[in-house]
Amino acid sequence: MAKRETPEVNAGSLADIAFLLLIFFLMTTTMDTDSGLGRTLPQPIPPDEEPPPPIRERNVFEVLINANNQLLVEGSPMELRDLKDAAKEFIENPMNLETMPEVVIVEIPEIGTIATTPKAVISLQNDRGTEYQTYLSVQNELQRAYNELRDELARKTFNKSYDELEIELQKAIREVYPQKISEAEPRNVGGGS
Amino acid sequence: MKEVDLKVQMKAPQATELSKLEKKSLVTYIYVGVPMRQYQGRYGTEPRVQLNDQFASVDDIQSYIVQERESLKENERPLMTVSIKADTECPMGIITDIKQALRKAMALKISYSARQMDEMSYN
Repeated sequence: MAKRETPEVNAGSLADIAFLLLIFFLMTTTMDTDSGLGRTLPQPIPPDEEPPPPIRERNVFEVLINANNQLLVEGSPMELRDLKDAAKEFIENPMNLETMPEVVIVEIPEIGTIATTPKAVISLQNDRGTEYQTYLSVQNELQRAYNELRDELARKTFNKSYDELEIELQKAIREVYPQKISEAEPRNVGGGS
Repeated sequence: MKEVDLKVQMKAPQATELSKLEKKSLVTYIYVGVPMRQYQGRYGTEPRVQLNDQFASVDDIQSYIVQERESLKENERPLMTVSIKADTECPMGIITDIKQALRKAMALKISYSARQMDEMSYN
């Protein structure tokens, strides 16, 4: 009787297929890294402490958001798209206006002599009915104002973007534009709920 | 890869100036949103807080944070970050309450979770 050959499955390409699948899943699986807008909350106020002394009006950039998601900036209505530039102008006070924060000339070793507004504070207040997206957009625009100011200064003095600078130089730039966003103790600013 | 089973409807808001949360073990999550349809019978349609796998109230946050902080190593505790994952349409009232609770619990490093967007869109 003739010897019958056992039929064999051609498995030569199996390794390739397995490898291809491996690559495919490596590429498509997202390790969803969470990203967000970082903020630091103020320390809780001890009940017996006196309220802090009021800050002079010219040093405060007041942003109110009502329950209808409308902005009131320094007493007049404003669209979200204009907020960033208004905040930048306030923080910088390039014209040294009376209505904007006090300009102080300081000497920072890494940068040199520069005009700063150390007392400038952005005060943000929202209503309980404000939509979260609006609140976050406002926070985002304020963050963008600071980021752009820092980046502009970094490019002007070091010819590099802020992110590319060494830690010490970033620190020096943060000294010129410290980020001060203060959120008032919650209360209703009107407009419902 | 998923941390918890979401029980609230959560569509993250959008922003451009985001920073990544580096060390995952140091991050505690608080979810806020309207309960999913199958839970609405029991928990209603108002925005609710979800901690771990359960619905919770704002009052539970303080003890939850303390408990999460205890589980970290001593030297890592100051670096703990709380990521608030809230729905875009959530009213700020509940978020403000959460922020006050976090302040009381001395969890001052927070992050408002959002999706990256290339360009700001203004309506």
